[in-house]
Amino acid sequence: MQRIDVYPTHRYQNFLLRAGRPYPLGANFVPGGVNFAVFSRYATECTLILFEKGAKKPFGKIPFPTEFRIGHVFAMVVFDLDHENIEYGYQFDGPYKPHEGHHFQKAKTLLDPYAKAVSGRDVWGSMPEHGHQFQHRGLLVYDDFDWVHDRMLGIPAEDLVIYEMHVRGFTRHPSANVKYPGTFAAIREKIPYLKQLGINCVEFMPIHEFDELQNTFVNPETGEPLKNYWGYSTVGFFAPKAGYAATGRLGMQVDEFKALVKLLHQNGIEVILDVVFNHTGEGGNDDDYTFSFRGIDNKTYYMLRPDGRYYNFSGTGNTMNCNNPVVRGMVLDCLRYWVAEYHIDGFRFDLASILGRDTRGNPLSNPPLLEALAYDPILGTTKLIAEAWDAGGLYQVGSFPAYGRWSEWNGQYRDTLRRFLIGDMGQVGALAECIQGSPHLYLERGPTASVNFITAHDGFTLADLFAYNEKHNWANGENNRDGHTPNYSWNCGWEGPTTDPKINALRRQLMKNAAAILMVSQGVPMILMGDEVAHTRQGNNNAYCQDNELNWFNWNLLAENEDIFRFFKNCIAFRQAHPVLRSRTHFRNQDYVGSGYADISWHGVEAWNADWSYHSRTLAFLLCGQHARQGAVQDDYIYVAMNMHWESHPFELPNLPGDRRWYVFANTSMPSPEDVCEPGHELLLADQLSFLVGSRSVVILVGR
Amino acid sequence: MGDPMIMNVDIQQDEGIIIIRLSGELDGQTVPALQDKLLPLIVPGCKILLDMSNVHYMSSAGLRVLLLFYRRVDKENGRIVLTGLQEMLHDTMSITGFLDFFQTCDSVAEGIAALKQSRT
Repeated sequence: MQRIDVYPTHRYQNFLLRAGRPYPLGANFVPGGVNFAVFSRYATECTLILFEKGAKKPFGKIPFPTEFRIGHVFAMVVFDLDHENIEYGYQFDGPYKPHEGHHFQKAKTLLDPYAKAVSGRDVWGSMPEHGHQFQHRGLLVYDDFDWVHDRMLGIPAEDLVIYEMHVRGFTRHPSANVKYPGTFAAIREKIPYLKQLGINCVEFMPIHEFDELQNTFVNPETGEPLKNYWGYSTVGFFAPKAGYAATGRLGMQVDEFKALVKLLHQNGIEVILDVVFNHTGEGGNDDDYTFSFRGIDNKTYYMLRPDGRYYNFSGTGNTMNCNNPVVRGMVLDCLRYWVAEYHIDGFRFDLASILGRDTRGNPLSNPPLLEALAYDPILGTTKLIAEAWDAGGLYQVGSFPAYGRWSEWNGQYRDTLRRFLIGDMGQVGALAECIQGSPHLYLERGPTASVNFITAHDGFTLADLFAYNEKHNWANGENNRDGHTPNYSWNCGWEGPTTDPKINALRRQLMKNAAAILMVSQGVPMILMGDEVAHTRQGNNNAYCQDNELNWFNWNLLAENEDIFRFFKNCIAFRQAHPVLRSRTHFRNQDYVGSGYADISWHGVEAWNADWSYHSRTLAFLLCGQHARQGAVQDDYIYVAMNMHWESHPFELPNLPGDRRWYVFANTSMPSPEDVCEPGHELLLADQLSFLVGSRSVVILVGR
Repeated sequence: MGDPMIMNVDIQQDEGIIIIRLSGELDGQTVPALQDKLLPLIVPGCKILLDMSNVHYMSSAGLRVLLLFYRRVDKENGRIVLTGLQEMLHDTMSITGFLDFFQTCDSVAEGIAALKQSRT
């Protein structure tokens, strides 16, 4: 039987219409037409604006009849549209009273917050016609991707090794030698590299549509306008970035990104998206930047002071009103869409503490949005990772409302590791917590609540961490005022590049120390793209705006710094080979399987006697393999000695049970290739009683 | 180049293989007519060769109609081979995942041979 709602009931000019359904919001295909549904509480009228692709002037302006408005939603079906060649937007009428929070401008054509694809920045960096009033345009998208057998991988959190990647940066450098540099498509060609490295999860820096041209600063050295390169400034939360797709100019970015997710899954690699719900790309109080939310319903979407100006907890001028129920609903709809339609495995939430503030910015003890995300059925197995702080001073590492679901970027891990690695005193106590998955922060949540990292996109790269004492952000056009201090970095005696072989050798050794400790720490390790080949940003610790070699992965470094890559690769493989390094629960610091050894025990220059004093720069620990996975799995014993003192120290080795012997897996004081071996090929130690651990170095032994 | 709104379809039969030569552009404008012409050809056990040598552009709707053919042919336990895909089209299909579903050959002759090989 044919449905009766495939026939129009209304006619406006040449358009055939019917009352639409208010849910789902957005533009969705229905038999014979497209259902357009958009929310605005305070608008008095709404008009659907239709363009042919790329046209300056619309071919249709269809006001929503009064009877097509249900509650605060305008909903209308338009029949017989040539949906492939259409771009759409809306115009809203309503009060323009900024002091009351209203910014309606009837003549302004605005992007649908639910647009599933957005045109206007189809090819990365190409200059748009500034005469175009309507820069970011909604496209109609089929939700019909053929996933066949694909599903989210569901890799247990403790087994993850996350690789934080910028889509364009990964393959834009000419040395990448790919057909479509800087795109989702190009990543396909580099999957064998990711597998070789051994990671099993990529965390994409923002891939939601953003405007890379949105930056008013200029590089003072070159005079070039800088970009919004990283993309932490969203235009469309439901749309993949067209400029990241080789097929973006064909409007196929949705298919291209889905196909990439599918291929990554086929290769055993999960996909986490970095999502930025704390603010939007509409900037501060300047109406010129209005392209969507502000003109649709400013008072709902943004946190406003009583005088109508914006609260700024994001550091970028505006703050999304995340605990307004409508905005909360949009965030939920958005994440459900990415999970259901794109098979995304997890999300990392930028400045997530903002998501826990109420509509006036006060931190909530039981934030409805965070709770809703934690309990959402569609997000039921999705990994949720918080950057548990914001620019308004709320710092929640260890106290982020977790509901048994949320994990966190562990900023304390980063800072402690850095300080220990550069030889600061007073760190070994905190280091011991970090190595155990930070039970002092996550006692109830378990070690997987801790995403361990030493470097991330913000701040120095690993190579720069040991090459610069100070940030060098002059190229960002803000007189070096931008970017964070302190960095907890150390230049090893010379600021920046040097030909001094001793300094260069020490820097490499410190990088290896970092990789080694990261990979033997309980929790979820995360690596910054490029650190595995010692990528430098020349001391720039805030390279958000640099679309150039500062951010582009230089594939020539793979040969040049082969020893660093090899060290990372083998340390990751070592982690994956040893379940005792990937505990689901916290250590109990006792023997509960009858092995005669505690699950973890602490040592120092003397076995069984760690030096916890303030001046100590040495620590060693022993993991009992019989406690792996709470005794369910038999693993080797693993002993790690860390000496960040500038002198070598002999470390007395703890006795092994039975006829087990010590073998060396890694010794960062040795030149490559003696610094590390492939797991399973460790060399038997001649002296089973003591090991001379070199200055500023890490040694990893296996007892079997 | 012909009128971009026109998609020419030439259909021949050769020893039980339906050879369809498309020329023009495969997009939202041309897809409905093409669909009407081709869907009736899909019968149980059919062997279809779709020669794309003269297709210079394919939109999202074009990709979808190909996948629709594949799904319908597969449902009828038939087979479909694409031949003569130009580089740009091949790349587009590859990076959007659509190529995964298809056997492709460079030439019509190779396509026929491939379809014959599978005959039981």
